Amino acid sequence: MTLACHSLMLEVAGRRLCRDLTFTVQPGEVWGVLGPNGSGKTTLLNVLSGLTDPAQGRVTIGDKSLRSMKAIERARFIGLLPQHEDITFWGTAREYAELGGFPHRGGAWFSGRGGLDETTVTLALRQMDVAACAGRRYATLSGGERQRVRLAQLLVQAPHFMLLDEPLQHLDLNHQREVLRRVASLACEDDQKRAVVLVLHDVLWPARYCTHALLLDGRGGVRTGLAADVLTQQHLEALFGCALSPAGSFKAGFIPAL
Amino acid sequence: MRAPIALVASGSVALLSLLIALAFGSAPLTLREVLAGLFDASSGDISNNVANIAHDIVWQLRLPRAFAAFACGGLLALAGVLLQALLRNALADSYILGVSGGASLGALGAITLGFSAMLVNTAALAGALVAIALVFGFTLRGGAGNGNGVWDVYQLLLAGVVLSAGFAALTSLILVIAPGAQVKGMLFWLMGDLSYAESPYVACVLLVVLTAGALALAARLDILGLGVAKAQSLGVNVSALQRMVFFGAALATVAAVMLGGAIGFVGLMTPHAVRLAGITRHHVLLPVSVAAGGAFLVLADTCARSVMAPQQLPVGIFTALIGVPCMLILLGRRT
Repeated sequence: MTLACHSLMLEVAGRRLCRDLTFTVQPGEVWGVLGPNGSGKTTLLNVLSGLTDPAQGRVTIGDKSLRSMKAIERARFIGLLPQHEDITFWGTAREYAELGGFPHRGGAWFSGRGGLDETTVTLALRQMDVAACAGRRYATLSGGERQRVRLAQLLVQAPHFMLLDEPLQHLDLNHQREVLRRVASLACEDDQKRAVVLVLHDVLWPARYCTHALLLDGRGGVRTGLAADVLTQQHLEALFGCALSPAGSFKAGFIPAL
Repeated sequence: MRAPIALVASGSVALLSLLIALAFGSAPLTLREVLAGLFDASSGDISNNVANIAHDIVWQLRLPRAFAAFACGGLLALAGVLLQALLRNALADSYILGVSGGASLGALGAITLGFSAMLVNTAALAGALVAIALVFGFTLRGGAGNGNGVWDVYQLLLAGVVLSAGFAALTSLILVIAPGAQVKGMLFWLMGDLSYAESPYVACVLLVVLTAGALALAARLDILGLGVAKAQSLGVNVSALQRMVFFGAALATVAAVMLGGAIGFVGLMTPHAVRLAGITRHHVLLPVSVAAGGAFLVLADTCARSVMAPQQLPVGIFTALIGVPCMLILLGRRT
């Protein structure tokens, strides 16, 4: 099953961000989406997840149009980690993560754990290194802990396509690495059923963990392809409008070891 | 707190409150007489006059009144839970919809014009419905503009607050220009009073139906707390849910206001008190809040009709007098 965009045109408040964007996300792939602020990365993720309709074009999953799918059916295939959430959650971190099971229970009568394997939630919390916070109220967690609980919820949802908008925000260096490694390995597990799309601001991480890359410059320019072909110095300098030099050329320029 | 414990505890408190409501009142009946009156269905025996009086007091005065208080409190608490989830605002309560303002204005206007009690009620209902329609209309016009019909909840909140202020101003105007003899009746209306509650059993049925309906949406209400985008991506039809919650809460509030006038504090406080006890998931929060809100109003109403008996006081005074210290204790314990 693939997630495909057909001649998308993206607009925000009448401003055209890109047009004729066509690309296909295959299972087993990890896509990195890069671009300057306001270039339409979040808009693209919202369109890919079916939350908003594109100005033109369509998104299909397998041979089905996203528009024709019911929200709950869509949620079994596509999961989204929004960049910003206006949130009022009164429960614990564990309860927060449990809600990821909703699409699979089909909105059952009670929102208890019915049908949801308790170990799924425990495992997800442990994989995101927040098992120790499970019993704490979500509102009392630090920014980075919240981010990891949100990621754990997505692991519980376990969709075929995971769309992550700035998944590394608030995370310390070690957890950035852990989260990326975990998420990238999802694409390889289970006979490569899953794919991941990441919106990132760093150019080192996608070079290491992404198989494919998509560059959006917000002025209509789009570049897609294999990460090695797309993430070149020339392309990235043009994209961000600033000169770049290899990280190894600084005395103090570090990235976690592989 | 464990869900089964919370459910059993709140159910027991609700039953206990009903029993207390039956035991107290202006007529001095012992608990034994009350229980005999409650369970002795054979009121045809004319020879036993005392038992007959007890039977009548329990079945025709205290029981309907207790059920009216329970239904009213339960409906207000239900509306409070629903609106706090919808607006994602802990300060929301049933009166954010402008219902109490609209109903009060209608009722006071009708009292000024010297209408009968039934017409006063009709005017209150009309006022409540107009208020809901206005808030709904302004919310609909505002829209988040994202094309999928999801409301901007701040628009709803602001529309409710602004309209309530307008209704309050008009209500004050009526109070000032009304003849002195009418003002006391008006104050009872404004502070909430269950003395004239009619058809409590209809309200009880409505309470059960609405609570069951809300329970069916419990998982979605939990998810709504995650924000609109997240809720949609988890498969919740947010715009449909918002409409159902809005009208469910509006119906509950209108029914409560028709029973007892504008009784404050129950809808705001009950969900908070339950949450402070560690219950946050809606499949438990809803039934426990309904039971707690019902029990709370039953007890407050028992005070209102027995503290200065036979003089009856507005129950709204007691919801605040009992509720404020309880809430402060809970808040203090938390920090």
